[in-house]
Amino acid sequence: MSIFEGLSGKLQNTINKFRGKGRVTEKDVKEMMREIKLALLEADVNFKVVKDFINKISQRAVGQDVLESLTPGQQVIKIVHEELIDLMGRVPAKVTFSSKPPTVYMMVGLQGSGKTTTSGKLANLLRKQGKSPLLVACDVYRPAAVKQLQVVGNQLNVPVFALEGNTDPIHIAKKAIEHAASKLHDLVIIDTAGRLHINEELMDELENIKNAVRPQEILLVIDSMTGQDAVNVADSFNQKLGVDGLILTKLDGDTRGGAALSVKAVTGKPIKFAATGEKLSDIEPFFPDRMASRILGMGDVLSLIEKAQEAFDEKKALELEKKLRTQQFTFDDFLDQMQQVKKMGPLNQVLGMIPGMNAKALSNIEVDEKKLGHVEAIIKSMTAKERNDPGIINGSRRKRIAAGSGTTIQEVNSLLKQFEEMKKMMKMMSNMGKRGGKGLGKFRMPF
Amino acid sequence: MGFFDKLKDGLSKTRKSITEKIDQVLVSFGKVDDDLFDELEEILVTADLGVDTAVRIIEDTKKMVRERKITDPSKVKELIKEALVEIMGEETEKLEIEPSPAVIMVIGVNGVGKTTSIGKIANMLKNDGKKVMLAAADTFRAAAIDQLEIWSKRVGVDLIKQDEGSDPAAVIYDAIQAARARKADVLICDTAGRLHTKKNLMEELRKVSRIIDREMPNAKRENLLVLDATTGQNAVTQAKTFSEVSEVTGIVLTKLDGTAKGGIVIAIKSELNVPVKLIGVGEQLDDLQPFDAKDFVEALFS
Ligand SMILES: Nc1nc2c(ncn2[C@@H]2O[C@H](COP(=O)(O)OP(=O)(O)O)[C@@H](O)[C@H]2O)c(=O)[nH]1
Ligand SMILES: [Mg+2]
Repeated sequence: MSIFEGLSGKLQNTINKFRGKGRVTEKDVKEMMREIKLALLEADVNFKVVKDFINKISQRAVGQDVLESLTPGQQVIKIVHEELIDLMGRVPAKVTFSSKPPTVYMMVGLQGSGKTTTSGKLANLLRKQGKSPLLVACDVYRPAAVKQLQVVGNQLNVPVFALEGNTDPIHIAKKAIEHAASKLHDLVIIDTAGRLHINEELMDELENIKNAVRPQEILLVIDSMTGQDAVNVADSFNQKLGVDGLILTKLDGDTRGGAALSVKAVTGKPIKFAATGEKLSDIEPFFPDRMASRILGMGDVLSLIEKAQEAFDEKKALELEKKLRTQQFTFDDFLDQMQQVKKMGPLNQVLGMIPGMNAKALSNIEVDEKKLGHVEAIIKSMTAKERNDPGIINGSRRKRIAAGSGTTIQEVNSLLKQFEEMKKMMKMMSNMGKRGGKGLGKFRMPF
Repeated sequence: MGFFDKLKDGLSKTRKSITEKIDQVLVSFGKVDDDLFDELEEILVTADLGVDTAVRIIEDTKKMVRERKITDPSKVKELIKEALVEIMGEETEKLEIEPSPAVIMVIGVNGVGKTTSIGKIANMLKNDGKKVMLAAADTFRAAAIDQLEIWSKRVGVDLIKQDEGSDPAAVIYDAIQAARARKADVLICDTAGRLHTKKNLMEELRKVSRIIDREMPNAKRENLLVLDATTGQNAVTQAKTFSEVSEVTGIVLTKLDGTAKGGIVIAIKSELNVPVKLIGVGEQLDDLQPFDAKDFVEALFS
């Protein structure tokens, strides 16, 4: 994915509209917030959650940080990303164990959210960590649900407790705990039937199971593809039972997974695991930062932004922008710029992040990374005076520079020519930005 | 955490019915203006229509408001409903299974309610006097075959199955031969839930579909995509990708007995023109209903 797509590109476009009239204003920030709002809604984050989130972000964004920044779009994305991570919990949350074994987990959730498979995965994962799990089949309603858990248990070689023919999940759960104690299982995972959060009778049943077995953790299993209703579901389960943790399933699909943010926001409870496939090993800790990028639909863009911000000294960038505008850009500046850019990796992607550059226009610039080294060598062979005032570089100076840099006179000539062209282009570009101009077409950098 | 507290406050509001909110909006805005439309748009988004579709509907409504020179905000609600019903189509789309034989392939992602819906559909068709057979081609999920078998017994229809782990295409092939021999009117094929992003599993589905095409080229054919009403924007991608495997002829929208509105089917209908044919409203045999656009739209606002 290119940085020019998705939210980052949209934000950059918003910024470009305002470029040239000085700093971004509060109104600009408002427009950026609209883009973020849309992105979050498209990712299925609940609209109420989005609203509150945007309010919070706006406050930070209108703060000096963004308004003063030369890269407000990136700055805003960074803030959004940070706040998302903060909301979802900075570090992966862990399940806890009871000091008095057996530790009992109760799996709850809507129909089809993935409770049974996830119960198996959890047993498998924690067994690897030295636990001796017992799976308990308390879904007495769905046809063949007990059998399903038994097959899963069998595949894993984890024992499954079931009472054939018994339709009282509270009784089954109680018996299971006794059974676990006698067989020295230190972990009991109770699979319950899927139910709607508005089904009072069945919600009462869960409460009764809870009171009967006093679970260490009640884990709410949520399908990551869930839409706006996720908040109602999570809130109801949490209000009724006091949920201890959330598990997001089916993350191996291509949903943006905004439900993660919704359920976390409404319950305040940590997301403890991410289920990422149908295999019984497909479960992993939940990483808030990855989820934040996923919700924003930005992939690795964020790490690029981080790098760009590390590499660029804002003050220097400000000076540079002024020089570009006033045609005072020298080879020293150029070298400096080049070295900063080089620190960041793939040039095509990174160029767009140079303050003052029009991301869209730059997206079709061709960069020959091999030539970079030559260019650098040529510039380094110039005297300070030459770098500052390339106009004085006559024939004999060119010869000397070529020899000194181990390149040819042709290469020196072409760099000088392209540098002049580039200065013109950059001037045009910064003017163009002011008018929200079109792309540059195919333009070759001197490297 | 202040943020969470604030949110919880807000959520009790969210839970208020949409109608109530619309009415509230209509009352609080004395005139038809942009703020009113913004609020209405938000309400549609909350029903999972997606931003694009919601915006489009609001634009349509605005146009109607202009054309009909409406100045009374309370009329706006009726206009939105009109726009939605128009998208979904007023006529109820029936299963195309006449004349016999017909094959219904039931597909969708994991846990949406395929197997349960098959039980319900089989029951409905049997009550209509059809001879129905089921094919247990979810050979992957643990005990999926047993689950369908229990439904087949409940309904009282034949089931063709093989062992767990066997080739689903082979099960379908067998089932087709059996359906032919026993002169079944309708063969309903259960398939394993699969995320549309899994290339190999989608390929497997394509193979199953081809076998049906090849073995029963003249049979009526329905490919029903089962969608869970709680699903958000991803359902559009699901519908698109499953359509690439075999033309989706209709949607079964399940779990409408919950609080989710299933508004995403409006986006799917307007983008892909796939109609909803049936809705699931519970876990019992008769919790299946034909889709009625008017009722559905009414429920969106209730
Ligand atoms: N409340 C409700 N639950 C449903 C409905 N349809 C299916 N379910 C439940 O959803 C869960 C998954 O259904 P299943 O048929 O196994 O899904 P499949 O994996 O797509 O075959 C089961 O617990 C069903 O009882 C419905 O319309 N309403
Ligand atoms: Mg199934």
